[in-house]
Amino acid sequence: MAEQEPETDDGVQLDLISAERMENKTSMEKIRMILDSVHDGDIVVLEQGLTPDEESRLIEVTMTEINPDGFTGIEIESFPRSETKESGFLGRLMGKDEDPAKLTVIGPANQIQSLHKDETLISALLKRK
Amino acid sequence: MGLFADLRDSVSAVTAKLFAGESEDPKRIGIYGPPNAGKTTLANRIARDWTGDAVGPESHIPHETRRARRKENVEIERDGHTVSIDIVDTPGVTTKVDYEEFLDHDMEKDEAVRRSREATEGVAEAMHWLREDVDGVIYVLDSTTDPFTQVNTMLIGIIESRDLPVLILANKTDLEDSNVQRIRNAFPQHETIELSALEGENMDEVYDQIAEKFG
Repeated sequence: MAEQEPETDDGVQLDLISAERMENKTSMEKIRMILDSVHDGDIVVLEQGLTPDEESRLIEVTMTEINPDGFTGIEIESFPRSETKESGFLGRLMGKDEDPAKLTVIGPANQIQSLHKDETLISALLKRK
Repeated sequence: MGLFADLRDSVSAVTAKLFAGESEDPKRIGIYGPPNAGKTTLANRIARDWTGDAVGPESHIPHETRRARRKENVEIERDGHTVSIDIVDTPGVTTKVDYEEFLDHDMEKDEAVRRSREATEGVAEAMHWLREDVDGVIYVLDSTTDPFTQVNTMLIGIIESRDLPVLILANKTDLEDSNVQRIRNAFPQHETIELSALEGENMDEVYDQIAEKFG
């Protein structure tokens, strides 16, 4: 008797997205790409995270897409922005206040059992589908 | 001619602003923070102390505030001068809302779904206010809970990136588990004031800081 193929639809897909892949995208293109993956049940890991403005838009768009039939929102964790960034008027003029977060993990809230972070480690515990 | 008119209008606007004094438009101060931090309790405390009216209903159920609510022209008197602000009480910011959480608070499914839908709209609205419509932020945290959350970090980052003045309030100091130092450690770059909005403890210092920061 032939062995059955293992079920694949109970796996979790991890998308590790390089900074290079995101660098020429607009804010809404980035947000759409992230949320499309999360809607599919995937975990997105961004090498370089989002800017504060993009984070606020991500929250806003996420809220508009939550529905009682399945999508309950996102879990997100990131390492903090660099402490050495320029601040003040000159820094803002040079666009330094839009520093993106560092490595960022985003996934569907109903599939991530817990997402913890300390200074050097983000740890995600996922539920099986 | 057009250029001259533009220049004249700009000069007039700057002059009007410089000499507007106390008749300047009140600043819109958004009260932000995670769900159940005591934002509405604080907004009601401020509004009652200075106008006699409340802003909205308070509750221990998360997302009781599901629309941003504004109380206009709250005039706070400090040291002989008056600071006029509009208080905007906003829904607690989160990245997820599950209607099933409301079922734990003795709600029928229809009511829970309706409430969760309103909550998501309210959070989206609060984010929009933060980007477009507030001049300063009072960030309220429950001092009995861990402040090192991603939502707090993101929101403080958004506020800083917009260069908005911010005052962090460590609320619920009347509770046994309150730990204000944990909040000071989480956001050392900002002034943190402890208070109990429910009991009205330390409100004088809160008003002093509001006047200094947003006056």
